Amino acid sequence: MAAAESYPTDLLYHSAHDWARIEDDQAVLGITWYAQDALGELVHFEPPETGATVAKDGIYGEVESVKAVSDLVSPLSGEVIEVNQKVVDAPETVNDDSYGEGWLIRIRLANPSEADSLLDADAYKALLAEQ
Amino acid sequence: MQTLRRTPLYERHSALGARMVPFAGWEMPVQYEGVIPEHRAVRADSGVFDVSHMGRLELEGPKAPESLQRLLSNDLERIDEGGAQYTLLTNERGGIVDDLIVYVLQKGRYLLIVNASNKNAVYDWIEERASAGSDLRDVTDDYALLAVQGPRSIERLGIADAPPFTFEMSEIGGIECMVNRTGYTGEKGVELMVMSDQAVELWDAVVGRGVVPCGLGARDTLRLEVCYPLHGNDIGPDTDAISAGLGWVCALDKDFTGVDELRRIKAEGPGRRLVPFMMDEPGVPRQGMAIEGGGEVTSGTHSPMLDQGIGMGYVPAEQAEAGTELSIDLRGRPRRARVVKKPIYEREED
Repeated sequence: MAAAESYPTDLLYHSAHDWARIEDDQAVLGITWYAQDALGELVHFEPPETGATVAKDGIYGEVESVKAVSDLVSPLSGEVIEVNQKVVDAPETVNDDSYGEGWLIRIRLANPSEADSLLDADAYKALLAEQ
Repeated sequence: MQTLRRTPLYERHSALGARMVPFAGWEMPVQYEGVIPEHRAVRADSGVFDVSHMGRLELEGPKAPESLQRLLSNDLERIDEGGAQYTLLTNERGGIVDDLIVYVLQKGRYLLIVNASNKNAVYDWIEERASAGSDLRDVTDDYALLAVQGPRSIERLGIADAPPFTFEMSEIGGIECMVNRTGYTGEKGVELMVMSDQAVELWDAVVGRGVVPCGLGARDTLRLEVCYPLHGNDIGPDTDAISAGLGWVCALDKDFTGVDELRRIKAEGPGRRLVPFMMDEPGVPRQGMAIEGGGEVTSGTHSPMLDQGIGMGYVPAEQAEAGTELSIDLRGRPRRARVVKKPIYEREED
């Protein structure tokens, strides 16, 4: 059921195991394969409201498995313009496809230059190797 | 740094890719494939749990029956050789030192299977209070314990049905073991006590019959769906048996530690009660969360069978009736829940 470990090179990563895919002035956010594997099958996604603002390194929601709850950390600042209802309805979608169908929210970027501080896939994998 | 102990099945767990966690001083498998598939395997068919970490104590001697009858809450005279009983070791306040199962090996010889985290406390408690003429021994390391649970568990093991809370010496896959008709999942099943050096062979025989290896994660979700209390969460030395809904294992017509206090609480009615509840809104309740009105969640999880948050907690007696709406503080978000009847989950009859 869970996908194989991967860290796509077209994404940017936050050390709290969250990813961002930048699309023009917007970004799609989610959690990494490592994060979903550590949590186990997700049973709940507590999303932010659309229209809410999220701050870089700030908490924008929670995901929970049977055993644990984890804060969602935003890699970038912006305004929430969409919540992935599919994950609200079926949180295990994140385990099946953490970078595709299992995305969590879409934001309109407040400060696109913040992306410079994020990790690329190689740097994130190096971080995981240290753990 | 304290070294974690390993059961005789540690290598088997590793080979299966189990995620190991520290639990009560032991390194135990919390899951293999995942809590949810393991949980469902036990509800639909069968699963096997390594519960060798649980404490095993033997009390033997002419004064053993009298000692246990005086220290344990349930009436030991209701069972004979070959019988087992769920019972409580109580303190003077009617609080619960441990909840355990006592097995009558023969008249004057008893096996107590106790919670891993309480084993030393139980040993000391009994050692201090048992009458001269009863000998207490910790036999934990001599044996391993495998719980095989689920509607098809008996059939998969190729043994005959027997009434719950009985046991017999038998063989499974040619390995001699004590077959106990007890468990912690709400399903039909057995707990197999085997000599430590034969544990791997027995495990292989059980798994070879198609029984799914399950970790402590599923053990916890299974027991919570059927409202079995967990010592340290739902019950403990500061919670009395009546408020915890365990009056049915307290023989208040006999003398045992704390009986006066328990009689008083029963007569006056407890001020708060341990109740099961289901979430009516999204989110997973967790131990320690506040329930509006003065209550507190003692166990909470996501029910794999009901696909919603469930739990148990203490609430003021006036909120304890089934159907009462509760509001639980899920990390700053008030979420609606309601008190339900035990068990939270029950299989629909076919």
